[in-house]
Amino acid sequence: MHKTVIDPVTRIEGHLKIEIEVDKGKIVNAKCFGEMFRGWEIILKGRNPLDAQMITQRICGVCPASHAQASALNLDSAFRVTPPDNGRLIRNLILGSNYIQSHILHFYHLAALDYVDITAILKYKGKDPNLNRIKAWAKEELESKRPGALAPFLPRYEGDYIADTEINIAAISHYLKALEMRRKAHEMLALFGGKMPHEMGVVPGGVTEKPTVDKIASYLYRLKEIQEFIDNIYIPDVIAVAKAYPQYFKIGRGVENLLAYGVFEEDSDGTKKLLSSGVYFKGRKEITPLDETKIAEYVKYSRYSSASGRHPSQGETTPQTEKEGAYSWLKAPRYEGQVMEVGPLARMVVTHMSSKNEKVSSLISKTLKDLNISQSSLFSVMGRHAARALECKVVADRCAEWVNALDPSKPVHTPYEIPAEGNGMGLTEASRGALGHWIVIKDRRIENYQCVVPTTWNASPRDDKNQPGPIEQALIGTPIKDINNPIEAVRVVRSFDPCIACAVHIMEGGKEIKSFKVV
Amino acid sequence: MSITRRKFLQILSCSGAAVSLSQVWFPEIVQAITKKAGNLPVFWIQGQNCSGCSVSALNATYPDIAKVITEVISLEFHPTVMAAAGNLALTPLYRGVEKYRGKFVLVVEGSVPTGGEVFCTVGEAKGKAISFERWVKDLGMAAKAIINVGTCSAFGGIPAAQPNPTGAKAVRDIIPGATMINIPGCPPHPDWIVGTIAHVLLFGLPALDEEKRPKVFFDKVIHENCERRSYFEDKKFAKHFSEEGCLLELGCKGPIAHCDVSIRGWNNGVNWCVRSGSPCIGCTEPAFPFDPPAEGLYHRLAEEKIGGIPWARNLSPTKMASLVKGRG
Repeated sequence: MHKTVIDPVTRIEGHLKIEIEVDKGKIVNAKCFGEMFRGWEIILKGRNPLDAQMITQRICGVCPASHAQASALNLDSAFRVTPPDNGRLIRNLILGSNYIQSHILHFYHLAALDYVDITAILKYKGKDPNLNRIKAWAKEELESKRPGALAPFLPRYEGDYIADTEINIAAISHYLKALEMRRKAHEMLALFGGKMPHEMGVVPGGVTEKPTVDKIASYLYRLKEIQEFIDNIYIPDVIAVAKAYPQYFKIGRGVENLLAYGVFEEDSDGTKKLLSSGVYFKGRKEITPLDETKIAEYVKYSRYSSASGRHPSQGETTPQTEKEGAYSWLKAPRYEGQVMEVGPLARMVVTHMSSKNEKVSSLISKTLKDLNISQSSLFSVMGRHAARALECKVVADRCAEWVNALDPSKPVHTPYEIPAEGNGMGLTEASRGALGHWIVIKDRRIENYQCVVPTTWNASPRDDKNQPGPIEQALIGTPIKDINNPIEAVRVVRSFDPCIACAVHIMEGGKEIKSFKVV
Repeated sequence: MSITRRKFLQILSCSGAAVSLSQVWFPEIVQAITKKAGNLPVFWIQGQNCSGCSVSALNATYPDIAKVITEVISLEFHPTVMAAAGNLALTPLYRGVEKYRGKFVLVVEGSVPTGGEVFCTVGEAKGKAISFERWVKDLGMAAKAIINVGTCSAFGGIPAAQPNPTGAKAVRDIIPGATMINIPGCPPHPDWIVGTIAHVLLFGLPALDEEKRPKVFFDKVIHENCERRSYFEDKKFAKHFSEEGCLLELGCKGPIAHCDVSIRGWNNGVNWCVRSGSPCIGCTEPAFPFDPPAEGLYHRLAEEKIGGIPWARNLSPTKMASLVKGRG
């Protein structure tokens, strides 16, 4: 039995540590620790409710638009205000643009270095000036033999990187192109959101920016270029990597239960969404409708002295640093007592199986056929990457329709009064999965504000029934060839696109670190 | 071809008055950067951060981020983008710090918790967790200069907002004596980040204001160059979001926010905060996020903090020149 620690896990958002035990070449035990805490709920208490969508965005700089959306929906419900159509559409465009940015960033700049051999650039023989510049830089760096040569791309784990030079060089070229594409996705967003990261435009009652014709044109111009990139480069690259690593359709299965709150409101009462809400339970053939009252947070292994099994809106937690048996600051969110994975895989499968979106279903069918795999193989490392890429296309294509539906002559915002008392809830989906915000207003101030965020579901600790969370379950059984180069383990973790700054914002106050143990 | 320091500084100090800096930036900085400045390493560490500052840096346009890390700096450590993980990432960091002691630039993103090591650990060495506070002290004292990227590392930011549950502090409160530059903003504009790093590596410290912000970017307040300034003068104020008018009544912090995005724009100039209809929330200021009960992000500024900035067209040439040179 060999044990190793990976701390820090890089190419994720935030501070994460992994501890794995390997026996006979397979992971038999895994522990995940989130290592940073700030205390957003404590900070929000007593503030003007309007501050919530600015402050909660700062939970995460990769997915702030999601928090703005959740917060706006939360405050809409507390203030009892409904945005006009333009407001709803612009919010979708802002959130959608960030999905596009986040997914492209994830595959190329966070995940790809686990598969692509960037030293292949030394073998480049073509005339592209950008690639030749990188080649010259790489050559000079490696010849210098200095310790930090070719940083940040070296050092790296030894492992089974792609051997084919053509594929590697194409991937390097696409890595560079993807930097430009995600930057443009943020420009698109900023046309309506003012700036990004941490956009300014999403407020309760709608948005602040009016959709002029030139903004619509400017948005579409960038979007078209990005759609071409998604269709002709991003998705084919994911397919190519998946074909190069077919074993990763069997690695990282995880819990096989999926949860989605649904996202991108298609009508003003919020019942129709582009990507559906619902719950997929392992082995069942139908999607179960979502009932958010079935969400509860368990604390047996979490350092809190409050009651276990509470709904997030009833939170009242006192941190307890010395609690017997507890090893985590993170609570364990569960749905009907079950472990749930959230994220693009959850959204795409739930939408597909609910037959709510033909485009989603036909994309999934086509991709399964391309890859020659069954739907069940989507519960895997490569399945998650594929789902993310397909979702990127679905969202980008719909953004083109939303922007064309904007009406420059109509309002974008419905005025409201901040009530003296009120409750609210906002359920949406961040790029990484199901995201909920809850508010209680008293004397026109925030009395209580709660967020249950996607990576908390995915990286949760054991619950009162000792059920481990999705990432640990996905790690267990993963083959590890060399304990000193556990590249397989980080490939599994990264397929979830973890965001730890988000995850340690489990509400219910107190000091929190995410840490959990799997046996 | 390289550029003289004098010309470079002239360009920087004059350009802010009227022209978007990135349009002046590109041809000159690209000419200046014919060769990385001696391969000096930059170590970028993260504490109580949200990574927004890193994401903003990725949005750099001229030069773009790929050019920056291959032609301007040697980014030897950055947890969000680097290939290595765990010990494989930490070993070259510690080796680099020793080898380049006194010569590397440390970039810090995120505030530093002092209420307990457990609030932010950044790695493990010999089985023991490394606290971020320890890193900031050790690496900070070994660096040529520290660049605090973002309001959190510069001033404490939102983690330090009341009641500051983790004892979050700015880097300057952890190592007060060190040579440092603050590039605040939540997040900072990528031009500020890239421009400042390049300046330090090529020419040394830029001129700083009393909060250690580079004057070239933070000399003016938003209010001085806001395109809605005439509404303010005419006392036409928006009462609700998406209305025309000055956004003062909606809580705009423009009169006190030292920041040049009213000229520079955001995201390659496509828009910026006030243009999009949102009041400025003063994210470059030490007071951000303006704690209750006296203040709030959407709370109207107290009267004494507004005005006092003469409208530019009424200025004498001498007065204008003194403003351009920088606040006293």
